[in-house]
Amino acid sequence: MSSPQTLSLTVNGTRVRHFVEPRLSLADFLRGNLGLTGTHLGCETGACGACIVNLDGQPVHACLMLAVQADGLRVDTIEGLSEAGTLADLQAAFHARNALQCGFCTPGILVIAHDCLGAWAASGTIPSREVIRDALSGNYCRCTGYEAIVDAIESVAKARAGRSDPQPGGEAAI
Amino acid sequence: MSAAADSPGAGRYIGRGLPRPGARRLLAGRGRYTDDVVLPRMLYAAFLRSPYAHARLGAIDVSAAAAMPGVHRVLTGADFEPLCTPWVGTLSHFKGMRSAPQRPLPTDKVVWAGQPVVMVIAETRAQAEDALEVIEVAFEELDAVVDLDEARAPESPVIDAGAPDNVLFRTRIEAGSTANAFTAAEIVSVDLRFGRHTAVTMEPRAVLADFDPSEGRLTVHQSTQTPYQFQDLYARHFGLSEARVRVIAPDVGGSFGMKLHLYHEDMAVVGASLLLKRPVKFTADRMEAFASDIHARDHRVRARLAVGPGGLLRAIEVDDVTGVGPFSAYPRTSAVEGNQVVRLIGAPYRLTDYRADLTVVAQNKVQMSQYRAVGHPIACAVTERLVDLAADRLGLDPFEIRRRNYVTEDMYPHTTPSGYRFEKLSLATCLEKLHTLMDYPALRAEQAALRAKGIHRGIGIATYVEITNPTPAFYGVGGAHISAQDGCVLKLTPAGEVSCAISITEQGQGSEAIIGQIVAEGLGVDRDHVRVLTGDTETTPSGGATWACRGAGIGGETALQASRKLKGRILEIAAAILQAEPGTLDIRDDAVTDADGAPRMTLREVANLAYYRSDLLPPDVSPTLTVAHHFAPRGYPFAFTNGIHGSLVEVDVETGFVTILKHWVVEDCGRVINPLLVDEQIRGGVVQGLGAAFFEECRYGETGQLLNGSMSDYLVPMACEMPDIVIAHVETPTLDTELGAKGCGEAGTAASSGAALNAVNDALRTFGADIAQLPMTPERILRALDVI
Amino acid sequence: MKARAFDYRRVASVAEALDAYAACAGEARYLAGGQSLLPALNLRLDAPDLLIDIGRIEALRGIVIEGESLRIGALTRHAETLASPLVAAHAPILTQAAAYMAHPAIRNLGTMGGSLSLADPASELPACMRALGATLEITGPNGIRAVPADEFFQDLYETALVPGEMLTAVHVPLAASGSRMHFTEIARRRGDYAMVGLAANLVLADGIVTAARLGFCSVGPTPMRAPATEAALTGRPLDGDAITSARAALGDDLSPDDDDSLSAAARMHLARILLGRVLAALGEDTAEAVAA
Repeated sequence: MSSPQTLSLTVNGTRVRHFVEPRLSLADFLRGNLGLTGTHLGCETGACGACIVNLDGQPVHACLMLAVQADGLRVDTIEGLSEAGTLADLQAAFHARNALQCGFCTPGILVIAHDCLGAWAASGTIPSREVIRDALSGNYCRCTGYEAIVDAIESVAKARAGRSDPQPGGEAAI
Repeated sequence: MSAAADSPGAGRYIGRGLPRPGARRLLAGRGRYTDDVVLPRMLYAAFLRSPYAHARLGAIDVSAAAAMPGVHRVLTGADFEPLCTPWVGTLSHFKGMRSAPQRPLPTDKVVWAGQPVVMVIAETRAQAEDALEVIEVAFEELDAVVDLDEARAPESPVIDAGAPDNVLFRTRIEAGSTANAFTAAEIVSVDLRFGRHTAVTMEPRAVLADFDPSEGRLTVHQSTQTPYQFQDLYARHFGLSEARVRVIAPDVGGSFGMKLHLYHEDMAVVGASLLLKRPVKFTADRMEAFASDIHARDHRVRARLAVGPGGLLRAIEVDDVTGVGPFSAYPRTSAVEGNQVVRLIGAPYRLTDYRADLTVVAQNKVQMSQYRAVGHPIACAVTERLVDLAADRLGLDPFEIRRRNYVTEDMYPHTTPSGYRFEKLSLATCLEKLHTLMDYPALRAEQAALRAKGIHRGIGIATYVEITNPTPAFYGVGGAHISAQDGCVLKLTPAGEVSCAISITEQGQGSEAIIGQIVAEGLGVDRDHVRVLTGDTETTPSGGATWACRGAGIGGETALQASRKLKGRILEIAAAILQAEPGTLDIRDDAVTDADGAPRMTLREVANLAYYRSDLLPPDVSPTLTVAHHFAPRGYPFAFTNGIHGSLVEVDVETGFVTILKHWVVEDCGRVINPLLVDEQIRGGVVQGLGAAFFEECRYGETGQLLNGSMSDYLVPMACEMPDIVIAHVETPTLDTELGAKGCGEAGTAASSGAALNAVNDALRTFGADIAQLPMTPERILRALDVI
Repeated sequence: MKARAFDYRRVASVAEALDAYAACAGEARYLAGGQSLLPALNLRLDAPDLLIDIGRIEALRGIVIEGESLRIGALTRHAETLASPLVAAHAPILTQAAAYMAHPAIRNLGTMGGSLSLADPASELPACMRALGATLEITGPNGIRAVPADEFFQDLYETALVPGEMLTAVHVPLAASGSRMHFTEIARRRGDYAMVGLAANLVLADGIVTAARLGFCSVGPTPMRAPATEAALTGRPLDGDAITSARAALGDDLSPDDDDSLSAAARMHLARILLGRVLAALGEDTAEAVAA
C-alpha cells in the first residue's frame, strides 16, 4: 500500500542512505535503522522531550517527524554531539551536580540546553533561574525534580560568559 | 540550589558527595534500556486491549489478523492455559484477603478498560498494530464498578464471580480505648480524598523474553527493579528450572515502585517466546502505560483526633477506604498501601489510644499497588492535617503543638499503637532545625504584611516517619518469594582491581555508586578501581534488589561486611609473604601497609601472587581472593527514619492557582553515604509529592474509562511550576548495622503533599475556607473559597 | 503508537500540491510542520492514504509588508513568528502568543498555516487572528480567495477550507496608531493547552477606546469573539468602570461547556478574571502601545 522511499541524509556528520517506509518516524529510524539508541521514546506525541535531536542545528522532536521529511537535511543526535565534544562542559556540569538519575530524559535535555546556551551567549545574556526553567518547560523529568538540572545549566551559562561559579563536589569531566 | 556538602565526619568516601561513575555513559547517550536491546530474529508484540471496564468475553476472530503482513502469531487466553499457571495476589499475613486468579490473557471476562485481551506477534511493532485493527472480539458489556460506596452496596455487581462481594481485604487495628479518649476532649476531624496516581516513568515498561529450546533456557531483559523476583516467578509459573531462567535488568528509565509488579504483558511475552522459540519484545507505548501501569493512592480517609488539656493529643480514629483494581496485584498485593496508611497515622506522636479500619475495595479500574512512599503520603497528610486543625482550634502555633506531642528522646525504643517499633528518631531536633532553616518567624511576619496587601501566602509543615530496611516482616512472612537479604561477591582481580557483584539494583538513584564508595573505603582502595555489577540474576547473588529504601541500609551493609572479609583474606596472604602478623597490616591507597601507613606491597602484587604464583604461598594459606557474603537485617523489623517538610505557597484567590514558592526538608536517614545522591533523591521525591498535591489524578468516568490517560491531561510536574528545595540533614545511625545507614529514597514524597496541604489551608484560613482533597486544583480551591 | 501506512510525496510548489491532492484516489493530507498531524497519525486517530509534504515550498515562507498588511506565509514556523522584528513591530500580539505555544522544539517545526488550518479552539493563533481582523489567503484548484478570520473558523476543527484547498498566507492589518494589544492565557503548566486565553486588540484615541476586538481561546468550539463585551468597552476610557462593565457583559458572549477537567462555571470565572487582568494591563502606561 505504501511504497518505501529512498532517504538520504547526514547523521552525526556521516552521509547515510536507506530505503524506508514513509510512516517510519525519524526517532524510529535513528534508533532502529541506525542503532542510535540515545534518542529515547517517551510518548510519541511531542509532549515529553525525550526524543529531541538537532535538525539542521535546531532542536526538534524526532517522534514528530517522519524520517523521509529529513531527506537532504542534517541530523545530530546525542551520540554525535557527545563524541564531537560539543556538549563536554554541559556533560561535566551535569555529572558534577548529579543533574540526572535514570538518564532517560537526559539526552533530550542536553540538546535543548545546548541550543539555549548558544542563544543566550549570542545575545550576551546570562539567564536567570526562571528563564532556565522556562527553557526546560518542554522536557519531562520524573527523577530529579529539575533543580539540579537548573543548577548545572546555570553554572555552564556563567562559565561560558566568563564568570565561573565554583562547582561543589565536582570530579572529573566526561 | 547548590550541591550537597560532605557529611560531617565523612571518611575517604563514605559521607562524601561524589558524582556517580555510572552517569557518564547516560550523559553520552550510551545508556542501554530494554527497548534498546536487539536480539537476532526478534519479534515484536502488541496487544488488543479491552475498551470496556467490565465485559464478558465472547468469540474472538483472529483470522484476518493472522494473515496480515509480518504477523507470526496471534494469541488469546486459551493459548496460555497449558503454559502458565495462574497467579493470585494475596499474602498470608493479610488474613482473609481475597483475590481472583490471574492469567496472562483472559478467557471469560475483562475487568478493566485497557486490559490486554489478544496478543499479536509480528516482525515490526507497526505491523503488529496494523493487525490489531482487524481482530474482532465480541464483548458483552457489564456494569462497571467504579465508586467506593456503590462497590460495597449490596446491589453492586461483584467483579469476582467467586467472591461474595467486592471487598478484597479488611483489617482493624485497635490499641487502648478510643471511645473513652473521645469523651471530654476537643475533637477535630477530616474527610480527605486522595487522587489516584500513576507513575509516569519516562521509560515505559518493556520486556524482552528469549527462550532457547535447545537448552530449555529463558533469558528475559526487563525494565524492572527486581530481576530476582521475576526469575522466581517465571520459573515457577512456567514450570522452568530456576537455574535456567535468567533475568537481566539493563538501565531502567525510572520505576518508583511501578516496575516491581507483575503485569499480564510480562507473562504473555514470556509465554509467546516459549511458543515461538525466538525473542519477543514488548515495549509499552505511553497510552498503554497510562492504561496498564499500576496505579496508587486512591483513598478516602475519615479520621478524627481527640485532644486533651494542654494541647496533648490523645487518640485517633481512622476509617480508610481504598479503591484498588479488580484484583490484588502480584506478588506484593494491593493491601500494603492501605496497611501502611493505617499503621503510620499518628506514628510520630504520643497517643494513648488508636483505632483504624481499612477496607480495600475492588474496582473495574487499573490494578493498584506500591508506588513511591506507599501509604506514607496519605498517613502523613491525614495526621498532619489533624494536628494543624487541633493547633488552630487551641490557638497553638503548628510548631508548638508538635513540640508538645512528639515521641520524646527518653521513650526509645518506642512501639506505636499500631505496633511499629522505633529504635531512635530525632523528631524534636528536626523540628527545631526546620524552624531555623525556614526562618519561620520571618515567614510569618512576611505573610501578615502581604495579607494586608491582598497577597495570600500559606506556610505548612508536615512530619513523617518512614519505613526503610525491611526484614521479611514485610513480605516474606506472608509467603512471598521476595528476599529481604542481600548478597555480594567481591573479588580482587588478577590485576589488583576490585569487582563487586551485588544484589541491589540501580535505577539512577546511585546504588552502584554508594556500593563502590563503601567497598573502596572498606577495603582501602581508590574507588575508580572498583567496578560494581548489578541487575543480572546470572552474575550476581540472589537478593532483595531495590524497594522500600533498602539499598543503602541493607545492600550497603552487605558490601561493607564483604569488604571486611576480602580485606582479611588479602592481609592473610600478604602477611604470609611479608612474614608479618595480619593484625599489624592495613590496606591504604591500593597497597598493603604497615599500621602506620608505610607501603609494603601493592594489591596488584598480592593478586599476581595469588593467581599466578600460588607456589609461593605457604600450604595452609589459601589463594582465595573472592569472597561471598550475605547479610540479613536481624534487629528491628524496619529501620524507621524521620524528618519534616516545610512548604511556602502563594494562593491567587481569584484564579485558584497556587505558586509553590519554596520547600524545605530536614531529614534523618541515619548515616549518609553520599549526600549529593541523598539530596537529589529527596528533591525528586518532593516534586512527586507536589505533583500529588496540586496536579496528579487519574480521572475515571461512570463507565470505568480513564478520561485523562495522556501526557497533556495527566499533569506531571514540570520545571516552571516547581520550587527550589532547601535540604538539611540530621544523622541518627541505626545500631543494627556497622554502617548505620537507613534509607532515604521515599522521604521526599512521604511528606511534601502533606506540607503543601497544610500550607494551602493556612492561606485559606483567613477566608474561613479549607480544602480536603488532593490534588488541590484551581477549581477545587475556587470552590473552597465559594468563589464559584 | 505507530501510524497506519500511507504514501508520501514531497512537492515543490503549491500547484504540485493541489494536483497531488486531486489525483489521490483516497484520503490525502497536507503535511507542513506535522506537530499536530503526526500525533494524530501515531494515535491512529487519523489514517490518510497519502501525505503531501509541503514543507519545502519556498513560496509559502516569508514575512513581508504588503501595503497595509503584514503578509505571513503559511509555512512560517512559530519560532520565526516569535523572533520576527516585523511581527514584533506590527502585530506584537503574535509575538506574545507565540511564546505560549507549546515548547521551543515544537515551535521550530509547527507552522502558522498548520495551526490555523487545524483550528483547535485552545490554540493561540486562531484567537489572535480574530482579534487582529486578519484575512486568510486560501489557494485551491479554482484559484486564490480571501476569507476574513471571523468567517474562517466555523466549528470545532472545521474551517472555511474545502478539501484540497490549502492555506497559503495570512494577512494581518498593520497595527493602527493608538493600537494596544495583549495576549495572555491561563494554563496549569507552561506550554499546556490554555484553560482560557485572550487576545485583546484595542485602539485608543485621546484616551477613548475607539475599537475593541477580543479573541478568546478554549471557551467554545472555535476561537470566540465577544461582541457585547467589545461594545461595553467602546466609546469610553479604559478605566476601572469600563473593566467592570466588560466583565459583566462577558456572560452574554460566552457559554462554555462543562468538561471533565474544568466546569463551565470555573471556566467562565477564569475568563472574567483574565479579561479584567488583560484590560488592566492595557490600561496602564506600560501597556503595549504601537505607533503607526
